[in-house]
Amino acid sequence: MWDKIKEFSSEFFVTGDPLILGAQVSIGLTLVAVVLVLTYFKKWRWLWSEWLTSVDHKRIGIMYIICSILMLFRGGVDALLMRTQLAAPELEFLTAEHYNQIFTTHGVIMILFMAMPLMFGLFNIVVPLQIGARDVAFPFLNSLSFWMFFFGAMLFNLSFVIGGSPDAGWLAYPPLSELSGSPGVGQDFYIWGIQISGMGSLATGINFIVTILKMRAPGMKLMKMPMFTWSVLSSSLTIILAFPILTVTLFLLFLDRYAGAHFFTLDGGGNPMMYINLIWMWGHPEVYIVVLPAFGIFSEIVSTFSKKRLFGYSSMVYALMSISIVSFFTWAHHFFTMGSGANVNAFFAVSTMIIAIPTGVKVFNWLFTMFRGKLSFPTPMMWTIAFIPCFVIGGMTGVMLSVAPADFQYHNSYFLIAHFHQTLIGGVVFGFFAGLYYWWPKMFGFKLHEGLGKWAFWFWNIGFYVCFMPQYALGFMGMTRRFNEYNFDMGWQPLNVVSTVGAFLMGIAFLFQVWQIAHSIRFYKKEPTGDTWNGRSLEWSIPSPAPMYNFARTPIVTSRDDWWEKKERRRKGEPELPHVAKAEQAPLEPIHMPRNSGVPFVMSFFWFIAGFGFVWDWTWMVIPGLIGVIVCMLVRSFTYNTDYYVPVDEIERTEAAARGAH
Amino acid sequence: MANHNQAHDGHGESHGSLKSYIIGFVLSIVLTIIPLVVVMNEMFDKKTNTVIILIAAVLQFAVQLLFFMHLREEKKPRYNLTSLILGLIILLVIVGGSIWIMTYNAVAV
Ligand code: HEM
Ligand SMILES: [Cu+2]
Repeated sequence: MWDKIKEFSSEFFVTGDPLILGAQVSIGLTLVAVVLVLTYFKKWRWLWSEWLTSVDHKRIGIMYIICSILMLFRGGVDALLMRTQLAAPELEFLTAEHYNQIFTTHGVIMILFMAMPLMFGLFNIVVPLQIGARDVAFPFLNSLSFWMFFFGAMLFNLSFVIGGSPDAGWLAYPPLSELSGSPGVGQDFYIWGIQISGMGSLATGINFIVTILKMRAPGMKLMKMPMFTWSVLSSSLTIILAFPILTVTLFLLFLDRYAGAHFFTLDGGGNPMMYINLIWMWGHPEVYIVVLPAFGIFSEIVSTFSKKRLFGYSSMVYALMSISIVSFFTWAHHFFTMGSGANVNAFFAVSTMIIAIPTGVKVFNWLFTMFRGKLSFPTPMMWTIAFIPCFVIGGMTGVMLSVAPADFQYHNSYFLIAHFHQTLIGGVVFGFFAGLYYWWPKMFGFKLHEGLGKWAFWFWNIGFYVCFMPQYALGFMGMTRRFNEYNFDMGWQPLNVVSTVGAFLMGIAFLFQVWQIAHSIRFYKKEPTGDTWNGRSLEWSIPSPAPMYNFARTPIVTSRDDWWEKKERRRKGEPELPHVAKAEQAPLEPIHMPRNSGVPFVMSFFWFIAGFGFVWDWTWMVIPGLIGVIVCMLVRSFTYNTDYYVPVDEIERTEAAARGAH
Repeated sequence: MANHNQAHDGHGESHGSLKSYIIGFVLSIVLTIIPLVVVMNEMFDKKTNTVIILIAAVLQFAVQLLFFMHLREEKKPRYNLTSLILGLIILLVIVGGSIWIMTYNAVAV
């Protein structure tokens, strides 16, 4: 009996690695500490009723952002471990096996559990406020999306201490990811973690498309929407077209592993190449899914801090929308070397180069917006300025990679690593940081400390170039990716040391950001108005943080940059249009709001149970998990009391408190 | 279109009759059984089988849309139709593109 338990737990828990043992202990201690703190301060009920069951888009947004920052930390630690290993030739810090696990979890976490939720967090916080809505179209579904993401991410992260991490790369190419190549459970954690959170992402895409198409304030025609909202629309459109491909592809891989199918195996008529073909049909659009909203953020920031309307609004809209379509026609550039023939490669090389055109258009739009503007440079604007050259270089190396014959040299080398980090960090991460700094006062009612933010900014930027510029050269010198050890004779050491130094500079930058947040909370200074930056769109017309129902009266929109135009009219003493004036004077009405619900949390938890059961092939666990999911659906279907009205006197009290505070 | 602002409307669309649901259900079952029977009994050669499966799949798709997704009853602006067309274009790209790319990578069976 005892031996059996011992045998089981040595397979169940990851053992024998001091680093992981440390992590296990610290995870255990953190959990105990959290439980103790919550119990001591009697916060359980508060946590459950104010946060875990909340359907308020602003709170869901904040929860997304908290998770993504934690994931940035984990992904970042992974990155630093890898860079440490590469700092010297023949270092024995990480074994090959461990290194494989780390680049796999780093890639998955950074893209799916850091960039995506940070993006969804900003969607949630900003979009309803920008379009003058009280919430998203489907608040319950929104909460479900969040919890599916959360439990999917937890499942994936659990593999670190239970069962062992996946190690077949962030896209899990077969045959390595098949049972023959990865017999352990790590690969199953990968499949189910991504599947569960992927369902949430798909639902978020649907939710925001409907929100944007159906819930805009009266008068906000499509071509009057703020640019960030446009970018969310294009990104969500790409999500709903791309994510089903991921789900199906991973499901087929699951069938191979679980049910002995042969879709991607080497024998039995399978073809691993097909997996590579399919996964990149999602993978390439995915990188545009995360970068398009960043473009939207930069557009908002550039025009706010230039005090000018965005140059070339409609060309920007067409650029965004065309990118989201063309991004579906380029996937084969990720496997030019697969041998699909000259015609295929030529087609996909050209389609890839075409994407550079709308992207270039956008860069010029931002530059012309700044041209002759009244510029100011607080942190959101600094990130925007830093983004432009960084993304231009990343884009140009991308065009180099798209030249199919040349790609035979660059493929899977450090040149590629440098290229995609330049677009992912310089574009996506910088963009989301800019958005975070920009909308932070709207989320919490106080600004982040600018001085510390500037330190973080410079460390990130200098660190970035120091880390990744040498990697372009290393790529040309023949260093390939996913390598844990190299020989002295290769002559790669000097540049690798430089690169590692840069990575640690970025690590310091992250610490500055943590310090910045802690400092700003400690020395909390309430924002006097809701309009911190003298903004242009509707979110700045209401108090910070926004009241639970967002807008006491539904705003009537008359123009692009509506809030800015209104401020201009007020300044010049011009009257409002009659129908706008009338709506603004109208008496308050009760506001229709959705009720909180615990179902999304519980249902996602049951998905987690089912997923864990699938990972270990424990049918006794899968069945109750799936039954739980179905019961939750039924419970929701028969819940009729899903909404309520906020009475007028409560609105008056809230508004008076929010406005009276300045 | 842009003027409802409530967190949840969307009641009050038509939901199809029992008859149309039953017709749809029967059709979709029939369309599932046909390829199953054909393949299980090895009635035709491989190419014909593939064609039959493909045709049944496309018809199945149409049945689902018309009988269960209420595509015909949509009010303007026809967002569902628009997104369906977009989806079909992407679908064609996926299927056509994969066939094109994979012809050069076929493995011997
Ligand atoms: C904070 C700075 C970062 C550093 C120092 C860093 C470093 C690295 C390193 C050393 C590798 C492995 C290279 C190899 O051996 O093949 C890697 C791979 C990767 N990184 Fe990062 N990274 C950073 C940030 C990011 C971010 C922000 C993202 C995405 C949003 C990202 C996405 C990826 C992906 C997808 C891979 C490929 C994983 C694979 O080979 O399967 N990284 N990174
Ligand atoms: Cu790509």
